[in-house]
Parts: sequence; structure tokens; C-alpha cells
Amino acid sequence: MSNDIHLKISNLSVAYGGIQAVKDISIEVPKGKIVTLIGSNGAGKSTTLRTIAGVVKPKEGSIQFNGEEILGKSPDYIVTRGITLVPEGRRVFDNLTVLENLKIGAYVHKHRLEEDIEQVYRLFPRLKERAWQFAGTLSGGEQQMLAVGRALMSRPKMIMMDEPSLGLAPLIIKDIFNIIKTVNAEGITVLLIEQNANLALKIADHAYVMETGVITLEGTGAALLADESVKEAYLGKRKE
Amino acid sequence: MMKMKKNTKILLSVLILIAAVAALWYLDANKNQYSYAISILQRSAIYAIAAVAMNMLTGFTGLFSLGQAGFMAIGAYTVAILTIPVEMRANVYYINGIADFLANLSLPFWAALILGGVLAALVGFFVGIPVLRLKSDYLAIATLGFSEIIRAIIAAPQLDRITNGSYGLKSIPAFSSVFEAFFIAGICILLMILIINSSYGRAFKAIKEDETAAQAMGINLFKHKSMSFIISCFFTGIAGGLLAVFMRSIDSKTFQIALTYDILLIVVLGGLGSITGSVIGAFLMTAGREWLRFFDNPLMIGGFQVPLFRTGFRMVIFSLILMAVVLYYRKGLFGDKEFTWDRMYNFFIRLRDRIRRKTPEKGDKGNV
Ligand SMILES: Nc1ncnc2c1ncn2[C@@H]1O[C@H](COP(=O)(O)OP(=O)(O)OP(=O)(O)O)[C@@H](O)[C@H]1O
Ligand SMILES: [Mg+2]
Repeated sequence: MSNDIHLKISNLSVAYGGIQAVKDISIEVPKGKIVTLIGSNGAGKSTTLRTIAGVVKPKEGSIQFNGEEILGKSPDYIVTRGITLVPEGRRVFDNLTVLENLKIGAYVHKHRLEEDIEQVYRLFPRLKERAWQFAGTLSGGEQQMLAVGRALMSRPKMIMMDEPSLGLAPLIIKDIFNIIKTVNAEGITVLLIEQNANLALKIADHAYVMETGVITLEGTGAALLADESVKEAYLGKRKE
Repeated sequence: MMKMKKNTKILLSVLILIAAVAALWYLDANKNQYSYAISILQRSAIYAIAAVAMNMLTGFTGLFSLGQAGFMAIGAYTVAILTIPVEMRANVYYINGIADFLANLSLPFWAALILGGVLAALVGFFVGIPVLRLKSDYLAIATLGFSEIIRAIIAAPQLDRITNGSYGLKSIPAFSSVFEAFFIAGICILLMILIINSSYGRAFKAIKEDETAAQAMGINLFKHKSMSFIISCFFTGIAGGLLAVFMRSIDSKTFQIALTYDILLIVVLGGLGSITGSVIGAFLMTAGREWLRFFDNPLMIGGFQVPLFRTGFRMVIFSLILMAVVLYYRKGLFGDKEFTWDRMYNFFIRLRDRIRRKTPEKGDKGNV
């Protein structure tokens, strides 16, 4: 077991107005690993990621990245610390070209722009072919590649992905999961939210299950894959 | 899409530039004969600055301001107050006199113009800060209110010894040559193009496209919105300063809301997000207004006076044309695209093909 904790969330609570979306959760993400957070709709998964990214301000708790408290810091500061969010629903800039999208991703890291772009093209040759195409005209899978590529342009140490497989065909989903593994192999820590629990648990080193704002279960990806309650609730397999 | 050779394009651009300079030269040499044409072109160039500045804010950053007239007023009054020759001032402020500290204070035109822009930007900073943190369109409301307040302040009796109140300012020195307005407009627009194509400009576009995604990329929304707004105010102030020099005399009525609408119409006509659209739009609008003067004169056909042709009818026609443009070319003449030679070339190719298809039987013009 590595004690090298990259991101440490302790007793985090988040509320929207009066509605408590995240209640007293604690999560640890080890350096260089893939950690996944699964759970049903409205469980508070996106809220957790948005809070880490600094977009949502929490009620209480602590979020430490590399030992530094980042809770309460601005989103742009958090990006410069090395955490980048690939938002839910991809959100590429539709009316800008693929290349412009990538350049915007490098906003906090403007030097060595060409080099970073080449690096992303190496990972996603498809984006290179389509550099001059408007992002809005890309297919869903290509847009997801662009969303990941754009996030990589900020040179993250940890990348957070919010349901990257949403709305994609099974074959493309496989590609996306291969991309996640490739990104991780480059040494980047991954925090992944997924509805597709089966695939997510297969690639995850560690996994958390979230229900209505609280963590109900945690363990290695393999352990949760074998867990009866997880099987029943998230993997669509029923006990006889 | 057909492409032209790169050299052809460069050659065409250079030829256009030379033709424009030659035309200005010719106009300058025959100033008296062409003063009307010169004044239309100069007003167009000045409006083009304000339009591009508005487009940077609205078409590229997605923020909507209606304070153009107010920021132009700040630039205009700064330039006017500081450049009216000292010996003429007693004459200009003949009713209430001039404030003591201003009596001998004057700046060269260039310095006054830049100061006008800086003051407009500074006021923009204070107007923008409270509302830019909020979402949605509070900026439009705040700037619209501000614009009227500025007019009231200018005309206020308490400031008579500075702004000359409701009497306005006259004897503002004119441009030293026909080239001056175009030269300054060219520099301003070029600077704005450079900003829009820089990494700041990309951040502006990202914010316009999707604030949440822009924020996730580490773009500080408030900082960049303020930046875009303040830069836009600066260039709007410069346009105002030039307008003062162009008009030679100004008062608070010069900067009514109608001026803001003129700029807004240019931007919409040219296309939100198209700089070339705004520039061409400025010339078309200003010139179009003048050409339509024809409708203001009584028209007699065979001893019969055509009804409607009287003073003011031109503005009716003008409004109808604008409505038609907005209804049928919802994205303006250029949409969010820039003018390029390729696009122009393709437009003519398509036009030619269409004409050929429509009139196949009279292929040879000589026989018609
Ligand atoms: N901006 C908001 N304002 C108010 N309530 C919100 C807001 N965003 C989320 N919520 C509420 O917070 C709760 C958690 O939402 P969240 O988006 O984090 O869930 P999720 O686990 O990501 O769900 P899904 O899998 O459907 O994306 C939900 O009840 C949701 O309605
Ligand atoms: Mg979600």
C-alpha cells in the first residue's frame, strides 16, 4: 500500500441553499492511481468534483492536495495547482476549432504550447486530423477526446472526469476507458465518476460508492465488483 | 470550397490598401470639392472603432453594454476641454467663464485623446466592478443608466465652468489632415484584433461559449470580463474623442442614447463576432443614411407629387431596411465570420453559376 496520498478529502459537507447534497464524506486518492466514485443519480458525485475544483463553496470540511489546503481557493488557482476537471457533458467550445479549444485548455500554462499540443495529438491522432474543424461538429466520442485533451493541456497532476461515457455507444465507451488508462499511464492521477459501474470498477485501483450524499461502501475495484450489494444495485445482476 | 493562391490574396490586399491610400490622397488634395464625402468616411471610421470595441465585448466575450454614448462623451469632453486653444476659451465659455485650473491647462491632441480613453476605462472600471460579478445582463442596465447620468452631469449647472453646461463646447481644433482619423482608427482596430487573437482573446471567447467550462480551464471569469469591458471602454472613449474633433462642437445632446443604438445597429448589421463585419457595417450604415437623403426631398413625377417623400421619410426607409436585414440575415452580413478573399471569390463563383443556370438560353450576351 502506498501512503502517498495525492488528494485527501475530510468530513466534507456541501449544501445548495438548504439542500444538503454531500454529507460529511471522506475520500483519499493515492498518487498515480485511478479512483472511481460510483452511485445513482443525484447522489452528490458531481457536487463532490465541483467542490474540489473550487466552483462550489462547501459548508465545512477540508480538501488537501499534495498537503496543501485548497478548500475555499478560486477555481483558477486550483487549476494552477494541477487539478483539472473534465466537466459533465463534455462542454467543449462548440463554435471554436479543435485547435482553439486545446489552446484555451493551456490557459494557465502558456509556455511550451506547441509541445503540449503535439503531446495531445500523439495521444489522440484523430484530433490532429480535425484541428480546424469546429468542436460542435465533432462526434460525441471525438468531443470527449477533445474534452480530455483540452484538460491535459493544463498539465494536470490529477484529472477529474465526470461521467465521460455518458451518451456514447458501447464501442466508443471502450475507447474512452482505454484513453483513461493511457492518461493514467502517463503518471496522472485519475478521479473518475461513472454510471457505468462495471467498466469503472474494472479499471479502478480503489472505489467509493455514494448514495444520497454519503459514502456507503469503499474498497478496491475488484472487491466492489464482487460485492453482492454493488452487483445488485449497480451492475444489474440479481441474486437468485 | 475553392481557394485562391496565397500570392493573389496578398496582391489583392496590397492593391486595396494602395487604392484606399490613393483615394484618401486624392480627397485630401481636393478637400473643398469633396468635403461631404470626406466627412461621411471620417464618421464611418470613427464609428468603426466604437463598433469593433462593442463587438469585442458583445460578440467575443458575450457581455452586453449599452453605455457607448456615455463612454464616448467622456472621451469627447476630455479632448474638447483640453485641446480648445487657450486664447479661444474666453470666447467658448462666454456665459459662465472657465474654471481657474482649466484656463491655461491644455494638452496636445494625442495626449488628450489617450487621456480620454483612459478616463473612459477608469469610469468603466467603477461601473463594471459591481455588476460584472453578477450573472446575466445587469451590465446592460447599469451602463444604460450610467450613460444617461453622464449626460445629466455634463449638462449640470454646477459644472458650467468645466463642461460649459448646456451650451456645449465649440472651437475644437479640426483634424490636421484627412488621413488622421483613418490612421488612428486603423491603429485602434489593429490593436483590438491583436487582443482578440491573443490568449486573452481566447479566454474571452471561451467565456462567451461556456462559462462553466471556461472556469474549469482555469480562466478567472470576473478578471477577464472586467478586462474585456475596460478595454472596450477605452477604445469607445477614443472614438468619442475623435468624434469631438470631427464635429468641432459638441454638447450633451450629441451623446444621447441614439448614438448607442447607431453603434449597436452597426455591430448587428455587420455580424456579432465579425470584426470586418463591424468595419464594413460602419461604412455601409453611415453612407447608407446619407444616400437615403434622396427620400427626404419632394419627388415630382409628371407634375404629380409622390406622397411620403418628405423630411424624415429617409429614416423610415432606413429602419425598414435594417429590420429586413435583421429578420432575413439574422446573423448580420458576416455572421461571426471574417471577410476573406476566398469567401469573396466563392461568393462570385456561386453568383455566376446561379446566373448561368437561370439563363441558359441566352448564353451569349451579344445576341440579346
Ligand atoms: N446548482 C444546484 N442547485 C441546487 N441543487 C443542486 C445543484 N446542483 C445539484 N443539486 C442537487 O444536489 C444533489 C446532488 O447532485 P449531483 O449533481 O452532485 O448528483 P450526481 O451524483 O452527480 O448525479 P448524476 O449521476 O445524475 O449526475 C441533487 O439532489 C441535485 O438536485
Ligand atoms: Mg453528476
